Amino acid sequence: MTKSERADNRKLDEIRPMKMKVGVIKRADGSAEVEFGDTKVVAAVYGPRQIHPRHQERPDRSVLRCRYNMLPFSVSDRKRPGYDRRSTELGKVITESLQPALFLEEFPKTAIDIDMEITQADAGTRAAAINAASLALAHAGIPMRDLVTSVAAGRANKKLLLDMTKEEEDAPDAIDLPMAMMPRTGKVTLLQMDGIVSPEDIEKIVDLAEIGCMKIYEAQKKALHEKYRS
Amino acid sequence: MDNEVKKEIKVEKVKDRTSATTEIVVPGDIIKESMEILPGTGTFREGKNIISKVLGIAKTDGRVISVTPLNGVYSPQKWDYVIGEITSINFSNWSVDISGPYEATLPIAEVKGYIERDADLSKHYAIGELIFAKVVDVSKTKYITLTMKDMKARKISGGFVVELTPSKVPRLIGKAGSMITMIKQRTNCFLSVGQNGRVWLKGDHEDIACKAIKMLEEHSHTPGLTDKISEMLDKELKKGK
Repeated sequence: MTKSERADNRKLDEIRPMKMKVGVIKRADGSAEVEFGDTKVVAAVYGPRQIHPRHQERPDRSVLRCRYNMLPFSVSDRKRPGYDRRSTELGKVITESLQPALFLEEFPKTAIDIDMEITQADAGTRAAAINAASLALAHAGIPMRDLVTSVAAGRANKKLLLDMTKEEEDAPDAIDLPMAMMPRTGKVTLLQMDGIVSPEDIEKIVDLAEIGCMKIYEAQKKALHEKYRS
Repeated sequence: MDNEVKKEIKVEKVKDRTSATTEIVVPGDIIKESMEILPGTGTFREGKNIISKVLGIAKTDGRVISVTPLNGVYSPQKWDYVIGEITSINFSNWSVDISGPYEATLPIAEVKGYIERDADLSKHYAIGELIFAKVVDVSKTKYITLTMKDMKARKISGGFVVELTPSKVPRLIGKAGSMITMIKQRTNCFLSVGQNGRVWLKGDHEDIACKAIKMLEEHSHTPGLTDKISEMLDKELKKGK
């Protein structure tokens, strides 16, 4: 691995500089802010609280509802504010990636709401959003089996890379594979991809993402400890 | 052989009691790998490991490991005392907000004295009034029933109510009530604590007592908290004079 392999002088399996802060929103029950290079996310958790509309209520467990939203100024071309096809899908996949980590059956008939705002986007926003949401859930005191960590790996210009930037993602042969996992057990809770890759490359990309997740896990733990340092 | 085993267990117990119990754990942290020790509140077992469920402070008490969460909502238990606010009046009961995800009910049958047929229920408890009540039942579907037929139950009037994270209530009371008696005596206040984290203050230095509770909320995970709060109380009381 030589220095010139990536535009920002990173190694192939290196994550962008991370910043994590817990407890950034006073009014929320739990909150966190996560930065991966130029990607910035703020997540807020509310609940467990009474569920509205009431027809969504489940008698045996709590309902997890995630809202993923990109702010108009987060991308270079102004994004039209509000829900769209992409944000609805991401809200759904993020819900599904966090759900296995939670003890939802401890709070029947309630809702846990997570709001994730992308304030600045430079690829890998869903991964950053999952990391922030997981920290915010822990901060809100919600019982969890494990923290959830997430990172995107992929291929650009015939090289397999971890945590790609928008610049790298725009390569003609680019493949993006976001993955989320529970690091203690190694269980994968999110795995998405489109495009064409060889089976050998997929394995290598997943391995890369796993390395990344472990590094993020350490950073997440540090951020939570930092909040309650005496 | 038997003697040796017993000795080993004794040594372990002594160690656990003297060790400083302010270790902060995050969800998914393996606290201990042992089949001899039992998982308490805030923990679960997976194979041989005892794992933390929440962000909190791990404590070992004899054979049980438990984690006290640093945040979280109030989950009602039978025989808890709570401070609730009347939110609505229905045909034969009051709805009470006890902070947390579930609303409680106070049926007229659980009120002291006899209520006449067609009586105006708001004459007894009006919307917005605060009560100190006891939880008599928590059903599996989280239907919560309160009672006022208790020595300690009463309507709250005067003073004011502050909120605290419910998991920090035991810290506010302290060992055998040491913390709360200190705040009560120094500030000459009457303090009434509900398990749902609401505290009713009434007395001479309400503002200082309130400040002590706010301080406890922020520093509940740090050691030597009683001394810190005692110091703060001294300082504030001198200022007042």
